Amino acid sequence: MSNAGKAYFGRRYMMSASHRLHTPALSAEENRAAYGKCNNANGHGHNYVVEVLVGGAVDADTGMVVDLVELDGAVQERVLDRFDHANLNHDPLFADRVPTTENLCRTVFALLRDALPAGELDHVRIEETENNFFECSAGG
Amino acid sequence: MVFLTRRATFSASHYYWNDAWPAEKNQQVFGRCANRNGHGHNYTLEVTVAGEPDPVTGFVVDLKWLKDVMEREVLAAYDHKHLNLDVPEFEQAIPTTENIAIAVWKRLEPAISAAGGARLSRVRVYETPEIFAEYRGAQ
Repeated sequence: MSNAGKAYFGRRYMMSASHRLHTPALSAEENRAAYGKCNNANGHGHNYVVEVLVGGAVDADTGMVVDLVELDGAVQERVLDRFDHANLNHDPLFADRVPTTENLCRTVFALLRDALPAGELDHVRIEETENNFFECSAGG
Repeated sequence: MVFLTRRATFSASHYYWNDAWPAEKNQQVFGRCANRNGHGHNYTLEVTVAGEPDPVTGFVVDLKWLKDVMEREVLAAYDHKHLNLDVPEFEQAIPTTENIAIAVWKRLEPAISAAGGARLSRVRVYETPEIFAEYRGAQ
């Protein structure tokens, strides 16, 4: 199995956070028009699912692309400790960006890209609800 | 190009152990998964094939045919088995989720290629709803 080239290991995490979609670049009316109920002044929250896919060679000794416990540690430290049970609008990374799930997805990708214990980050997928999800990969 | 995915489930037991290592290192690297009496999972297998829909049937592949291939090539060997003890490819390779995804690819690819229609695009194996591995062939 070890000479089979690249394989991918994926892991799903949960985090709960609040946000408000609002940009100072638009008027109050324009914000309401653009973001609808997501513009509610006091914000709202979601249970986000963060899916992380790591690509790489399967280690000949362990049969693994990446050690699950070490990956969990990196995601916990870089992402979950930062965003779980937090208000995304108050995070410095969203000081100049609206915390849409598109922007959250790019932010999580950037936080994890250089933090993996092994392999390369292939994509981050964030499910905002059961019906909405967003994906980011190295190219975009 | 259209991608079509069929899902199936199987239940199996396994453990992680590298015979080249002393017991302490196996315990250290694999943790609970190194328990030599094994443990089990309900695995979910997703098989994705890619191709153009047939102009007559509108099918990329016949789903009943794909189901039969998956049952014959994979589920018959893996379902309600001990992967380390009952499945030949895991006499050497450790049955991690990554290696299971590669092994499933190797079991399915010849039969799907031989049919001459769609090609195998991706194999994804969920060990739990939160843990999965996938293989897209030698890249």
